[in-house]
Amino acid sequence: MNRRRIEEIIFRTLMFLATMLMGGVLILILIAIFRNGLPSLTWEMLTQPPKGGYYFGREGGIANAILGSLYLSLGAVALALIIALPVALFLNIHMKNYERWVNIIRFLMDTLWGIPSIVYGAFAFMIMIALGMKASLLAGIVTVALFILPIMIRSMDEVIRGVPDGLLEAGLSLGANRTEVAFLIFIRQCSTGFVTAILLALGRAIGDAAAVIFTAGFSDRIPTSIHQPAATLPLAIFFQLNSPIEEVKNRAYASAVVLTFLVLIISILSRYLSKKLKNH
Amino acid sequence: MNLKVLIKIFRKTRDYLTQGWMIAGLAIVILLPFAIGAGLYIKSHNILVQHSFWDLVGSTDWKPLSGKFGLYPFILSSLWITLIAILIALPIALLSAIHLTTYAKPWVLRWVHPLIDILAGLPSVIYGIWGVIAVVPFVQQIAEFMGYKVSGYSILAAGIVLAIMIIPFILNILIEIFRSIPIELTEVTLSLGATRWQTIKKVILRKALPGIISATGLGISRAFGETIAVLMVAGNVVKIPSGIFQPGYPLPALLINNYGEMLSIPLYDSALMLAAFMLMLIVLFFNVLGRYTIVRFEKRM
Amino acid sequence: MNTAIRIRNLNLYIHNHHILKNINVEIPANKLTVIIGPSGCGKTTLLKALNRLTDLSPDIDISGQIFIGEEDILHTNRDITEIRKQMGLLAQRPFPLPMSIFKNVAFGLKIGGRRNKNILAKRVEYYLKEVNLWDEVKDRLHQPASRLSIGQQQRLCLARGLAVDPKIILADEPTSALDPISTQAIEQKFAELKKNYTIVMVTHILRQARQIADYIIFMHMGEVVEHGPAEQVLNNPKEEKTKMYLQGVFY
Repeated sequence: MNRRRIEEIIFRTLMFLATMLMGGVLILILIAIFRNGLPSLTWEMLTQPPKGGYYFGREGGIANAILGSLYLSLGAVALALIIALPVALFLNIHMKNYERWVNIIRFLMDTLWGIPSIVYGAFAFMIMIALGMKASLLAGIVTVALFILPIMIRSMDEVIRGVPDGLLEAGLSLGANRTEVAFLIFIRQCSTGFVTAILLALGRAIGDAAAVIFTAGFSDRIPTSIHQPAATLPLAIFFQLNSPIEEVKNRAYASAVVLTFLVLIISILSRYLSKKLKNH
Repeated sequence: MNLKVLIKIFRKTRDYLTQGWMIAGLAIVILLPFAIGAGLYIKSHNILVQHSFWDLVGSTDWKPLSGKFGLYPFILSSLWITLIAILIALPIALLSAIHLTTYAKPWVLRWVHPLIDILAGLPSVIYGIWGVIAVVPFVQQIAEFMGYKVSGYSILAAGIVLAIMIIPFILNILIEIFRSIPIELTEVTLSLGATRWQTIKKVILRKALPGIISATGLGISRAFGETIAVLMVAGNVVKIPSGIFQPGYPLPALLINNYGEMLSIPLYDSALMLAAFMLMLIVLFFNVLGRYTIVRFEKRM
Repeated sequence: MNTAIRIRNLNLYIHNHHILKNINVEIPANKLTVIIGPSGCGKTTLLKALNRLTDLSPDIDISGQIFIGEEDILHTNRDITEIRKQMGLLAQRPFPLPMSIFKNVAFGLKIGGRRNKNILAKRVEYYLKEVNLWDEVKDRLHQPASRLSIGQQQRLCLARGLAVDPKIILADEPTSALDPISTQAIEQKFAELKKNYTIVMVTHILRQARQIADYIIFMHMGEVVEHGPAEQVLNNPKEEKTKMYLQGVFY
């Protein structure tokens, strides 16, 4: 009897600690990043591209990487959206009576979601070599778009699945065809959920480094066309951290603050939206 | 032609065009995994013509300049790091998931959920930086305490960072699993005279077992393909790690560090593509395993 | 009349919703008591309060007394598992434990500390016979219980509950998931079991109440409107609400 009690108490304590660890780790990570990064974060860093010798500790900033990351992730999200939105609608509206096939496609996309981004990067680079293309913003955008495609489709798919069956029937009985029901009714009905899905994909896109290292290249200049190579924040952090110079390392931490900040904003925004969605 | 007919034609055309667009998108998505697989296979075929697959996988000799492409150290490093990560992550996620779905008050879950989401959304480079700032020195101190003189960049450091990265991922799945187990199962077990903990240990965990296996599979597949964070803390020395405090060189790190350079060396890119192909196959294996068990689990509920 | 359960001034709130309103009722021993009432009237909650399964939900506030014999189970120092063991629970649909048929029945005994294999085997056989399941399963005792049909599963769940030797059986619409033949089997079993057990059953099927109830508690909107011997409540209800319910004005 007593042994039972003791065992339960031990495990309950362990469980409690495990849960505390979840919150604790997030705080530890944020503290570590901000404490190391904030002191080196300057206005110049945010607004200037690197000047000569930036990576040896001279003047300049990471404006090229911040803008590069924004261009790249926004471009990739826009491109992915053009494919993801119709596919998600198609699966739920046009293929409504082919449950089996839809489930197979879902399984395929869940699997696709699992392929690491480095594999996408390697694959895209292979194609680029075959086509004789050089690393560019465009190539990066396409690669990242393919990489976030399954994420976006599956999250939108889940949103649409939550819509009651009656809506499709109601729309059809008004004389609309399926395409019109999809684009005129469902998009409106699911808009908040779609925005959350887009933000989720945006967070993935902005934080990824492995898919862009070969494809988008790296450049100290702010790209002015999609055919130029572009720097991205995660890579800027990575390269600066590899420097033996203390000051450059500190700038890596400062850049990490910027990236963390961007991702937190996206995260909180999508949280806020999905909460609003629930209150509907 | 009157207006009505025009509108009808317009709607028909619009319907056809949009459906074409939808089907094209679907085709892209469905063909993508096969295209990736085929592409990587064709590229790695070049090296497989000259060396047997098992020679490449089993050899420890990595000297691209003299045409030796032994992948064994990289595969083994990846396996070690993944194993350490899952050994740390699974118990923590499991304990926490049970706590959140049984003992904890509902408001705790309401607070923890956003934390999990934020953790899951942090970019891997941020985890990498944290690893460099906090985990590597921590591992170094532990090693020193145990009498080893090392840098701290090691498969243990990589395993810890990776564990923290996959905990939110596994935890989210486990919470869903435990929530899908009907409360009545707990009720009937309690009414047989079991304590809360006995109920969890003997009935709930058993019921959730397929789900736990599935979460583990998905966690492994996530961990195996993780690149940047691991690359930053693993040390990247081409050697079979002889202990957890020793550096390792995982497969994704091999790819990212070498691909795109020195492509003039014969078969070098082919060897790397083989590495990418294997990476994809291993990840997909665990992923499909996990997804499959979870589908079976949901059917039984 | 011997009283098995005495409920005094029982009030129960979930999230400040008043679910059970000042319940005062006696449940007779060795009789089959049926709680009837429209859905959402609180009958299942009342049943769960008897077993203190209401402890599971942190949002529930409960006050009043529930006496089983002389003991107020809401305010006792005795181990909660001991209290629950006095009562077997049969849920709306069968919930076999994720283990073999044998282990399902032996579960309560093992938890209670019985390990002797011979005794366990004998007890399992005894209780499986008690619910008329033995002949159907004796050759596959070590197969997963989930392979049985729903009707067999529910009888297994009854055997499992009886095996911990309770005094009281709590049943929450135990036949609602079953086919007519299995339903009949359970109903007949209950009629036999009430010689040795006090049975409290929730149902929304009036036919069932008419057929097997000795004593009836009619609930509406969280209150006990009327309770008494089945004969009297069903044929000569005192309260207007009971009359309306029996006539099918509301369900």
